[in-house]
Parts: sequence; structure tokens; C-alpha cells
Amino acid sequence: MLRVIGKRLLMLIPTLIGLSILLFLWVRNLPGGPATALLGDKASPEAIANINKAYGFDRPLIEQYFTYVGKLLKGDFGTSIVTGRSVLEEFGTRFPATVELAVVALIFAIGIGIPLGYLAARHYGRFWDHSSVVLSLIGITVPVFFLAFILKWVLAIQLGWFPTDGRQDPRINATHVTDFFVLDGLLTREWDASWDAILHLVLPAIALGTIPLAIIVRITRASVLEVQGADYVRTARAKGLMEKTIRGRFILRNAMLPVTTTIGLQTGLLISGAVLTETVFAFSGIGKFLRDAIFALDYPVLQGFIVFIAVAYSLINLLVDVSYGFIDPRVRVQ
Amino acid sequence: MFPADRVRKGRTAKKRASALTAGLALSALVLSGCAQSNREEGDGGGSGDVDGTFVFAASSDPKSLDPAFASDGESFRVSRQIFEGLVGVEPGTADPAPLLAKSWEVSEDGMTYTFALEEGVTFHDGTDFNAEAVCANFDRWYNFSGIQQAESQAYYYGMLFKGFSDSPDTATYKSCEASSDTEAVISLNKPFAGFVAALSLPAFAMQSPSAMEEFGANESSGTAEAPELTEYAKAHPTGTGPYKFNAWDVGNQITLDLNEDYWGDEEAQVTDIIFRVIDDPQARRQSLEAGDIDGYDLVAPADTEQLAAAGFKVIPRDPFTILYLGMNQQVPELADVKVRQAISYAIDKEALVSQTLPEGTKVATQFIPEVVNGYNDEVTEYAYDPEKAKSLLAEAGYPDGFTVDFNYPTGVSRPYMPTPEQVFTNLQAQLAEVGIKVNPQPNKWSPDYLDRVQAGSDHGLHLLGWTGDYNDTDNFVGVFFGQEKPEFGFNNPDIFNALEEARQVSKLDEQTPLYEQINEDIAQFVPAVPLAHPAPSLAFSERVESYPASPVNDEVFNQIKLTK
Repeated sequence: MLRVIGKRLLMLIPTLIGLSILLFLWVRNLPGGPATALLGDKASPEAIANINKAYGFDRPLIEQYFTYVGKLLKGDFGTSIVTGRSVLEEFGTRFPATVELAVVALIFAIGIGIPLGYLAARHYGRFWDHSSVVLSLIGITVPVFFLAFILKWVLAIQLGWFPTDGRQDPRINATHVTDFFVLDGLLTREWDASWDAILHLVLPAIALGTIPLAIIVRITRASVLEVQGADYVRTARAKGLMEKTIRGRFILRNAMLPVTTTIGLQTGLLISGAVLTETVFAFSGIGKFLRDAIFALDYPVLQGFIVFIAVAYSLINLLVDVSYGFIDPRVRVQ
Repeated sequence: MFPADRVRKGRTAKKRASALTAGLALSALVLSGCAQSNREEGDGGGSGDVDGTFVFAASSDPKSLDPAFASDGESFRVSRQIFEGLVGVEPGTADPAPLLAKSWEVSEDGMTYTFALEEGVTFHDGTDFNAEAVCANFDRWYNFSGIQQAESQAYYYGMLFKGFSDSPDTATYKSCEASSDTEAVISLNKPFAGFVAALSLPAFAMQSPSAMEEFGANESSGTAEAPELTEYAKAHPTGTGPYKFNAWDVGNQITLDLNEDYWGDEEAQVTDIIFRVIDDPQARRQSLEAGDIDGYDLVAPADTEQLAAAGFKVIPRDPFTILYLGMNQQVPELADVKVRQAISYAIDKEALVSQTLPEGTKVATQFIPEVVNGYNDEVTEYAYDPEKAKSLLAEAGYPDGFTVDFNYPTGVSRPYMPTPEQVFTNLQAQLAEVGIKVNPQPNKWSPDYLDRVQAGSDHGLHLLGWTGDYNDTDNFVGVFFGQEKPEFGFNNPDIFNALEEARQVSKLDEQTPLYEQINEDIAQFVPAVPLAHPAPSLAFSERVESYPASPVNDEVFNQIKLTK
């Protein structure tokens, strides 16, 4: 197992090099330049030229690339053009927000998705099944930003059940230790701060978790359907095993393999969904930060982000592969 | 449209909690039982019965907490609470008024300014504000070097004082002398009539020399790679203002506390200010409607009526802006003054204002608002007259009109141009009436539009404008027409020289006629069509009784009056 993990980590290196070249070229070839983002409205053309020179944007691309990689290897991700802070520092302050949001979204998606998909398969062809299929179809087709907007409009603005935006009510003077706001409240025993942070998470998490939820429902349903018709299940029944054992040990466990893969993939995709969700809910995570960087053509941030996402994606995939081994011991042997 | 009673204000976490547990059974979130508040929620102990915490939505983080290195509105909004300059602004106007300097005297030749300082003023770190501190600040600006001089950093000092210690030939500033604790004498190399007015900008606010020293305010990152924020600019701004810096949670909010030792006699109701970052205008409005914030700036024109009808307080600023239609004379047709006049006659400004610009907007006849020195009541006006426009076009050799590029920005809202797309559509139709067909050239504001219009010659007609920084004519016409610029593609040495001369005349009564003449010259030359002075608005929750709206955004929150 360890060797597999080591191998996978080594494979990451060429992947990252290839990716960094491609995306570096892509980012640098976007139209426009970062100077106005830095200088503001009242900038003169000379000043814009000076900035491009200062940042080295007027140098050959190949030179820019090697300068960039050289710094990267030293752990220097550069400085955000827009905020004047180091890119790593910017990620550091925003990452907890997105992780918190993604975790709650996943809990929502998995906690509802698996039972729903399982129920649909058990009651195949009946009401439960039909409604879950329709619901998951809706979940997949409704765009994230639209859903986010509707949720906010109805549940936050009209009904007032949830806050409209942000991570926490600024009037709650909460202490922050880890920047995971829910956790912070628990650590400092400021229950109201934790609770408020949770309330702020509910709508964005639903918006963000809906697509994964819909996909998990479908995959679970299909997978359970397949497994429950398998020969070994029939054999188990014929042997007179208890239905509970058959469902838990035979069907559910075996059906979980494809579901795990799906969850892994969806976790990676949560980041892109977060760009929209965080924007609608003014939730200051890396998704919103990425959007700002795209608008301002904040090159150092975009480049840092790409490397960051590539690593995160690979690690999540690795985690999924490892978890196979626990669900299905046969994978470990192979 | 919102019925006011639907808008919930001041909901507590507990109310939300019950609504949630009733409505949704989220198994992972069974914390409701213990959602007890065991602390006071941050009321900060405000005076009287009002909630002293004031939440204002900012559209972005400040660029820097060191105002000497900032030029954007969001930075200045925060600066104005923490810092004060020698010179402030007469409330509700753009005129300079005493602040940390009680009074000042100008020498006959306009080269020496003697400032008499307030006594007993201390910075937030406990050190004294005195003449030495004043000189320390001036010398700091003058001695900026390297990346600090970039426009992205010391924009206003560079623009207004024209040079640093490494270029003494062009520099306006010469020296500062502390003749006593309470008297600072500042000498200039050449007259600068806008000097005192310029000092009202937050960029020239007084900062604590010891705090700047301690937290490395001048230790800008040496690499040319990127100007990094100093420790001081991130977390230790230290001024004399009514509020002290507390915390900056980047991307989220900035918190300021009341300065209990404030020297001024203002009794502040607002004891804690929270600037929340909400960059989407729609989200700001919704946040106000939901009661999550107390106010925000730059309300979209379409929203003002609805917000007012729903019981919110909408406060317009006196317009201190100008929106114009620029004409690039590198385009052959536009090089002909007859064509430019024809375009001026073709535009019905009244219609444009009533159809696309917010309440309170005034039609413009020249490039400065009425309150600015040199406003010329007798300036040549081009009243709406399509027939005259057509005949001028015919005289210029275009009896059937012509086609020209029209550049306008998209997806942006500026104080002087809340909805550029609408302004464009309106003008497009008006120009078509006289036979001028336009090629729409929409560009994203940042980074495409400004580059396209200001740096290159690849544009025709275009929309742009300006918000005045302080009350000085040069800050308007000098910026637009003071030198050859790709934006207008013209070279008119007469106007350039006249502006350079007027800028240096230090006596207002001598300066006024010069600027009146310049405004007339510009009207004759028609480098652009002044369209309107749009009025930006702010919106507040109903608990805000009054807000000190200022044409130049000089709003200090200790003057806000609250009802609950």
C-alpha cells in the first residue's frame, strides 16, 4: 500500500510540470494586463508601462516561466498584485472558509444522497424511486448560481430564516483561533459564534452540495440496483442469511465502490462550484478570491491557485484510491 | 418591491435557530440546544440606548491602511476614521477647513505656508502630535524612493507634488521646519495654489512617526517584483482620528474602535465600526434589506426609489463628478471642430439625465461642477439642436453623416456613471438622429477599457468621467486637458500653457478669471462633450437618523446620528 502511495506521489511531479507550463502560457496570454488592477482608475499610460516592466511582463515568456518556477521551488508563490500580500498568506486566510463550506456541503450531499439513492433502489419502480430520479435530475440541471440566488432570495431575504451573506454576523465579536469559524466557537466555548457560523453555512452549503447530492443519488441507486441483483446476493438469500446482514454487508458495502469514486471526484469539483456560491453569498473563501483574481488578471494568484488545485486534486484522488482498499480488500491485493 | 414589514432587522441568532430547527432537520447540525449566548454581543457600550456598532458595506478591501500609499475610495473611507490631516473639509462641501491645523498663513509669494497646530492632540499610540510630527510626515513623502514612488503607491504625492528628493528640480515641496511645538512652516519650490485644498486628501493625513518607525512603514519590499504591504500598512495604522484600528480580517471585514482619548469635542454614538466587504452591488442591497448591514455607498440608480419606498434612508451626495463623451481627434472625422460641435448639438443632455442617471444629477455645461473655482456662467453652451448639428455636419463635408467607433465600459458602476450601457444606448440613438452611426465597442472596465481608451489611439467616441478629489479646478480640467493625452488625441499648447499657469497662481481671486477663460477656451475647442454631474447616493437602515454626506466622501462616522 505504502509503495502505491509513494509511486502516486512521484507521478505528481511530471504532472505538475506539464500542467504548470500549459497554464502559465494560458494565463499569460489572456487579453489585457494587471496594471490597471494595481493602479486604479486614474492611472497614466506611462505608469502602466512602468508596472509591466517592474513585474517583468515585458520579458520573454520562457524567461518569465523559469523565474516563476525557480521561485516556486523556494516556496515563494509571489505577491498578489491586487492586495499586496503574499499569495500563500492569502490562501492561508481563505482556505479554512472554503474547507468549512465544502465539508458541510459534502455532509449534506452524502448524508442525504446515499440514503435517498439506496431507498430508490430498494423501492425500484415505485414512488420513492420516481421522485428521487426526478429530484436528482432537477439537482443536476439547475445552475449553481441560480439555485444560490433563489435560496438566498426566499430563505434569507423574504423569510429571514438565514443570514444573507458572509461567514459570521460581524456584530458577534467572535474570537478566531483556527479560522474555521464553527470550530473556533467550540474551542473558545462561544456557542453563539459557532451557531451563527453554522447558520451562515447552511444556504451556501445547500447550493454547493446540490449537484454532488444529485449525482450521488443516481450513482448509489444504480450501484445498489446492480448489486442487489447479483448472483452472490441471491446465493446469500438462498442460504437463508438475515435480510439485515445481506443489505448491510453484501449490498451496501459492495455498492459503495463507485459511490466513493464519485464522492472523490465531486470533492474536487466543489472548488469550481465554490467560485459561484461564494460570490453570491459574499463568503470570503478561495472561490471568491479566485474570481476576483480572474477579473483583475492577478497573475501571481492565478498561477499559485492552479498549482494548489492540481496538488489538491491529486491528493484527493489518492485518498479515494486508498479508501478503495478499505471498502474492498481485493483492491489491496491487486 | 418590498413591503417594509417583510424586511427583518436585528434578528438574533436564536430566532434563526428556531426557524431552522422547525424547517429543516439537518442531522449534522444538532447544536440548537446549546446555542446559548454566553457573552454580550458586541454593543461596545454606546452612548444612550443606541446600538453603537455600525456595519457599513464596503465594495472591496482597502488597498492599504497606510493612506500615503493609497488612492482608492475604500482605503480612504477607512483612513478618514483613523487619520486626520492638517486640513479637513467644511462639512457638506468640498472646501478646505481647519483640522489638525487651527489656521494657516500664506506668504505673499505663495511659497511659504505657516500652520498653527492644535494643542494637546495625541496619536493612538500615545505619542504627541506636534510640528515635528508634521515635518516627519512631509519629509517621509518627499523621501519616498524606488517602488514607493510608483503610481500604484504614492499616487497623490507624485501627482500633486511633482517630484521627490531624488528629483529636486521638478519637486514642488522644498522643506518643513518646526519653529515651535505648535507651528510648522512648509516651504515650496514653486507656487501651488491647490496646496491647502490638496492637504485635505487622506493621502496627506498625519501619521504617528513612532508607529511608522516601529512597524516599518517605510520598509517597502525591496524587490521590484511586487510592492508588498508593510507591517504598518497591514495592521498598525496610527493616527489622531476618532477611531482606532482594531482588526483586518482580509476579504471579510475591518473593525475599528472608538478612540476614547479623541481630542475633538464630538460625542460619538457610533462606538464600533465594521466595514464588511461585499463586492456585489446586488448583494449589498439585499444585505441592507435583510438587516445585516446598516448602510452602503453607490446605490444603483434603479434601486434608490424602491429602497426609499421600503422605508430605507437614501441620501444623495452633492454632485462633485463629471461624466463626458470623449472624442479622439486621431479619428479623421473627429479632428474637425465642426464635427465635434455638431456632436455637441446632437446630444439632448436633459433627456440623457432623466432617462439614465440618478436623482439629483445636474446637466453639465463645462468640465467642473458649479462649486469649483472658475465655473463660468457665461460659457458657450451647445443647446440641443439636431438641425444645427446636421447643417454643421454638412459644412464639414458629411451631409449623410458618418460611422465612428464608440467605446464604452461594461459591467462597471462608477459614481459618475452608474450604468454605462444605458448611457451608451441613449447616446447611440441620439447620434443616429443626426446621421452619425456608431460601431459599439464594449470592453470590460478592468483591465481592457481604460487601457484601450487612455493608453492607445484605437478608439473613437468614448465615455469617461471623474470624481473630484478636493476642491481645486486643476483636479478636473488640469487632469483632462493639461497635456497631450492619447485619450483625446489632441495637441493644443495654448490650453496646456494656460492650465500650467493658472495652476501656479496662488491667490484665488487672481486665479478665478484665468480658469473662467480656460473653461471658455475648452468649450470653443470641444475636446469632449460635458454631459452631466451625476449624484451618487448612499442607503441606510431606518435607525440612521442622519449621515454627514459629503461631495468628496469626507465622512467621519462619529457624526452619524442613530435612533436606536
